[in-house]
Amino acid sequence: MSDIQWWSSESFWRKTAIWVTAGSFVVLIFLTLHSMSEIWAGSKRVPAYSVINHRIDYVFDEKRNFQVPVIGVEEPLFGKKLTEEEAEALVSRGKLTVQAKNCMNCHTLLGNGAYYAPDLTKSWLDPWWGSKEVREQQMVEFLMSPQDRVHNGLGRRMPNLGITEEEARATVAFLKWMASIDTNGFPYNFKPIKQEN
Amino acid sequence: MAAPGTVAKLGKLDLANLNGGQKLAVKYFTVALILFGAQILFGLLAGIQYLKPDFLFGVMDFSVNRMVHINAMVVWLLFGFIGSVYWLLEDEAGIPVVGLGLGNVIFWIFTLAVAVVVVVYLLIQVGPGNHSTRWLIIEGREYIEAPRWADIGIVVCVLAFFYNVAATFTKGRYTGVGGVLVLDLIALFGLYLAGMFYTPNISIDQYWWWWVIHLWVEATWEVLVGCLMAYGLMQTLGVRRKIVETWLYIEVALMFGSGILGLGHHYFWIGTPEYWFTIGGFFSALEPIPLVAMVVHSVFDAGAHKMKNTNHPALGWIIVHAFGNFFGAGVWGFMHTLPQINLYTHGTQWTASHGHLAFFGAYVTIVIAFFYLGLQKWRGNVWMSGGLIGAWKWKWAMVLLNVGMIGMVMAMLISGYEQSQIERAIEGSTWSGYFIAQSHPWFVQGNWWRQVFGCVFATGFVLLVWDLLTIGRDEKRPAIAHGELATA
Repeated sequence: MSDIQWWSSESFWRKTAIWVTAGSFVVLIFLTLHSMSEIWAGSKRVPAYSVINHRIDYVFDEKRNFQVPVIGVEEPLFGKKLTEEEAEALVSRGKLTVQAKNCMNCHTLLGNGAYYAPDLTKSWLDPWWGSKEVREQQMVEFLMSPQDRVHNGLGRRMPNLGITEEEARATVAFLKWMASIDTNGFPYNFKPIKQEN
Repeated sequence: MAAPGTVAKLGKLDLANLNGGQKLAVKYFTVALILFGAQILFGLLAGIQYLKPDFLFGVMDFSVNRMVHINAMVVWLLFGFIGSVYWLLEDEAGIPVVGLGLGNVIFWIFTLAVAVVVVVYLLIQVGPGNHSTRWLIIEGREYIEAPRWADIGIVVCVLAFFYNVAATFTKGRYTGVGGVLVLDLIALFGLYLAGMFYTPNISIDQYWWWWVIHLWVEATWEVLVGCLMAYGLMQTLGVRRKIVETWLYIEVALMFGSGILGLGHHYFWIGTPEYWFTIGGFFSALEPIPLVAMVVHSVFDAGAHKMKNTNHPALGWIIVHAFGNFFGAGVWGFMHTLPQINLYTHGTQWTASHGHLAFFGAYVTIVIAFFYLGLQKWRGNVWMSGGLIGAWKWKWAMVLLNVGMIGMVMAMLISGYEQSQIERAIEGSTWSGYFIAQSHPWFVQGNWWRQVFGCVFATGFVLLVWDLLTIGRDEKRPAIAHGELATA
């Protein structure tokens, strides 16, 4: 076996495997530390939970060449301005509801999940809710009793998941907050609900 | 362990033919096969709901069927992997499994926990929006929906499994396969912990969730099946250890070198910075390379040994694995991994198409190969080469499973193209855009074809089970000895 070249030897590839794996992992750790600092709630890319006190829009940005979330004038959810702690508690309750009702196995959130129902990333901004004046109430009512609302030609409906009014309001808060995340232009070419006064 | 000379009659199922680790392995294989059936059943139910939305509405909604479909898959593959590792453990380490009694107890606890989780999924389904639901009923995060109590149980079970593996290799001998396996298992189970926390911040949630999902299926699981393939090639073809282990190291270097930072392709749209476009796009574009290496490796070895092998069905499934892994994980993944394309395909049926072919090609196939290795020895190392009695069953099972899978994958790909174009590019991903695309005849046709080929796949599964129950039963010839195989 002495005619084996160094580059085809077992020991060379064993060492290569170890160094490549370790090197890649170290790089991933550094990138993770940086990414965490960029997506903390309250960072530039992921706004603080109290953003639900404001209007959120999704506007084309010339420089980045895709739509980005824009935080606008004060427009408290359900007409009540919340402190940061109250907002976090409400959004967290919404997130827990989204998990407890298994939303992700029909819908996608940030594009991840199942594909049986629409993506929820920008659902707060969806023109389907009619107008921004009735949107909040429409969303709450829909979440609480969606089972009789056929809203597409396919006959696909959302089942009644026993969502209480409190959970529905919290879910809407979570969805409004999620719409404010800078998702690098995903979903692309989205046509948001009209929000100008 | 069966002592020499006590081997039962050829062709008869007898646990005395197996060593301790292998006796435990066949238990894991049995549960794996049952859960494979459950995966197919719930996949078919979810598929019907695409065609007839009122089917089981309010009783077993799509979300429940789909969750059981993907969870059964994750668990049966894990059971298949754990079984396969127990299968090869004593052969590789050269000694009986250390702590086998614990391994047996853990098997029953693990199986019971899985059964309880599934029953809760089916009967309770959802809970109130608070922490008790995610601790006791469902966590609601795709693929790792199991409630937290079950997560902790899984960690305890796999720690015991890891102890069996690491202690056995340490007390016996560390082969190259053994060394890679132990290091890979540390990573595999360490990563599971990354998903075990709660945060209201969906971006941070999904960031770590992908550590579990991606670094499992696109890194540590791939290396695990690399180990299984190395062992499988030595067993079926008699390939020299030095050759398969050198290939294994090459595959590990390429797999982790591309797969660890390839994680970045999940960080395009979840709120994370734009540099992930470059990192994720570049490294995930490299991810098919180790899969090409595996194809070259297995096909070259099979050719070099003039296809003469000890177990035709097992080698057949190993070759299907090599190609399936390359096409499903490699080609289908590469097709939509670049951010410029993924912007339109992310979260469409395109992803489902890739998911199906990748999980089948990369993982289902190799576990089936181990089922056949298992049955051969369980029946007293019976003949499973040319002229095997009843060979039509394994061949037709393989054909039906592959045709069924390819048909489903193509149907979903067509639906995915249509969805990317109409919902994403034209309609702009609104709720109405989504339903316009879902109602399009091309999409609906895709759903029908997926269902038809799903039934073909299910037929293949039934035949597979029948074959696994009967293969080698009527054979009286012993398997080809390794010494009689062509050397290379």
